[in-house]
Amino acid sequence: MSRKTAFTVTAVAFGLIAGAAHAEKLVISNWDGYMPPDLLENFTAATGIEAELSVHASNEEIMGKVVAGGGKGYDVLFVSSPFAEALANLGLTAEIDHAKVPNMANLYPQAMELAHDPGNKVSVPYAWGTTGLCYRSDLMETPTSWSDLLQPSDDLKGKVTMLSTDRWLMGAAQLAMGKSLNDTSDETLNAARDMLVAAKGDLLAYDDATFYQKVVSGEATMVHAWDGWCNYGRAENEDIKYVIPAEGSDLWVDAIVITAASEKQEAAHAFVNYVLGQETGVWVASNILYKTPNKAAMEALDPGLLEAFPNMAMDPADLIKFEQLRDLGDGQKAFARTVTEIMAAQ
Amino acid sequence: MQNRLKSAILLGPGLGWLALLMVVPCVLIFTYSVFERGVYGGIDYTFTTENFRRAADPLFLGIFLNSAKIAALATVIAILIAYPAAYAITRAPRAWQTALLILVILPFWSNYLIRTYAWIVMLNREGLINNGLAAIGVIDEPLPLLYNSFAVIVGLVYNYTPFVVLAIYASLNRINPEIIEASEDLGASGFTTFRRVILPQTISGVAAGGVFVFVLSIGNFITPDLLGGGRLQMVGNLIYDQFLSARDWPFGATLSMFLIALMMILLFTQAILTRRASGEGTS
Repeated sequence: MSRKTAFTVTAVAFGLIAGAAHAEKLVISNWDGYMPPDLLENFTAATGIEAELSVHASNEEIMGKVVAGGGKGYDVLFVSSPFAEALANLGLTAEIDHAKVPNMANLYPQAMELAHDPGNKVSVPYAWGTTGLCYRSDLMETPTSWSDLLQPSDDLKGKVTMLSTDRWLMGAAQLAMGKSLNDTSDETLNAARDMLVAAKGDLLAYDDATFYQKVVSGEATMVHAWDGWCNYGRAENEDIKYVIPAEGSDLWVDAIVITAASEKQEAAHAFVNYVLGQETGVWVASNILYKTPNKAAMEALDPGLLEAFPNMAMDPADLIKFEQLRDLGDGQKAFARTVTEIMAAQ
Repeated sequence: MQNRLKSAILLGPGLGWLALLMVVPCVLIFTYSVFERGVYGGIDYTFTTENFRRAADPLFLGIFLNSAKIAALATVIAILIAYPAAYAITRAPRAWQTALLILVILPFWSNYLIRTYAWIVMLNREGLINNGLAAIGVIDEPLPLLYNSFAVIVGLVYNYTPFVVLAIYASLNRINPEIIEASEDLGASGFTTFRRVILPQTISGVAAGGVFVFVLSIGNFITPDLLGGGRLQMVGNLIYDQFLSARDWPFGATLSMFLIALMMILLFTQAILTRRASGEGTS
């Protein structure tokens, strides 16, 4: 998932310097707060391996650092699947030796067949979920379609937000048209552009960082949201509900990769194995309110949690029916231009 | 010879700093701009001029013009606010001037981000301004103050006005008060004195402050992102997105070259204005 903040450029510069400074410890890069705060301490206690956390604010940021530095200074990265795929295509990820990751057995069988990396050869899924609509059930009827967001009814005009991260923004239009999320043909891009430019006038804002707070405060009535983030809103107000529109969702996957440049492959594998333990999965689901592909963890959850946040209880067999965002390769240029056209439209 | 050695030593650190943090990055940016984007991001070191052709697209020209418009508006408003403020400070008793100047720069003691978020709290539909106006019965429906170009201009003006106050204060402060007295003694009205005597002598300060606001505004990407709700694309956001979202460093670098060129032209213009103004002052 992208947590794009605007300050990654400086962070890239400082990260390069900081990355070079610590050589002895295993260096993990993850989003802030995306793993248990005592994880590294417990990992060291269990294995004797020292590790330290370096935080990235977005996929784009860590990708910039790793591409610029060839992955040097980092051993393990947490990134969303299209980025894991791009890193693998750039030759920056190491092969995962399953013999060294026995906890792989904790994963659902579906989590071994993900389209971006079938067989988990170069990445391991950490969390997964859907993208849909997060709305105030006390203020509106249940939305059913992506067009409820793209062509909002009069009372919702100016009270809806869309995700600003390009892939998900375009995804709403692609799904509404019944197209693939990875379709970069001119026809689809142009149609999606027209749809999203028209929708822009009815939006309160593009937002992928504070949208759930806007639903809580009532500034927005319905927002384009990742399931887990809608759960944060629901935790504050039970009238906030999450729904996947009839046309479907993407299956987003946040994954763990080991850098090819890492000189501590053994230790990095030990870390990945540790993270795949049941305990970490339980923490992710209970604290981040994301589903995890960790079967052992999901089965150990407090049933009350699944009742409070119904999207947490989704069956992996249903989840995996959705298409994943894939790296766009050569289609990226046309895609980026289309997004710029939408963003620049008045 | 002694003097020349001395100035070389004194200039050394400054020149070294500029070379390392200004010239080298610019050369790097230029280098990137003539290569291709790799299929998965990164740089494919094949020479191309395609990026420049892509950048000449009316789409990007439109974004440049729109950013320039917003930056220009912010600049004009900042000057209109800053000039009277700077004038009032120069007219204040000596003992107060330092305190007033400290008040001008006081906002810089807190973080740029926090100050920008504070505007969200004030401008949103349920924010201080809307709720305040509704409470006293001025409005029934909340005004759309946030997530539009108005909010972006407010944010830019707010953040950069202090620089303009300082720049104009510095030039006002240099005017010999006797010249103003002479103008008044010769029968000029207050407005004529301002127009014919004060303004011409402070034009370099206005230009310096104005260029400062314009250059910082046109390249800004945080304020449009937060206060514009991402609905407003400025050059800064465009370049940011090329580097990070699209992972198209060469194209981002090409767009940066255009922005750097624009800023250079402005800075030269300002330098010429300043030179002309100081030339008049001494003749």
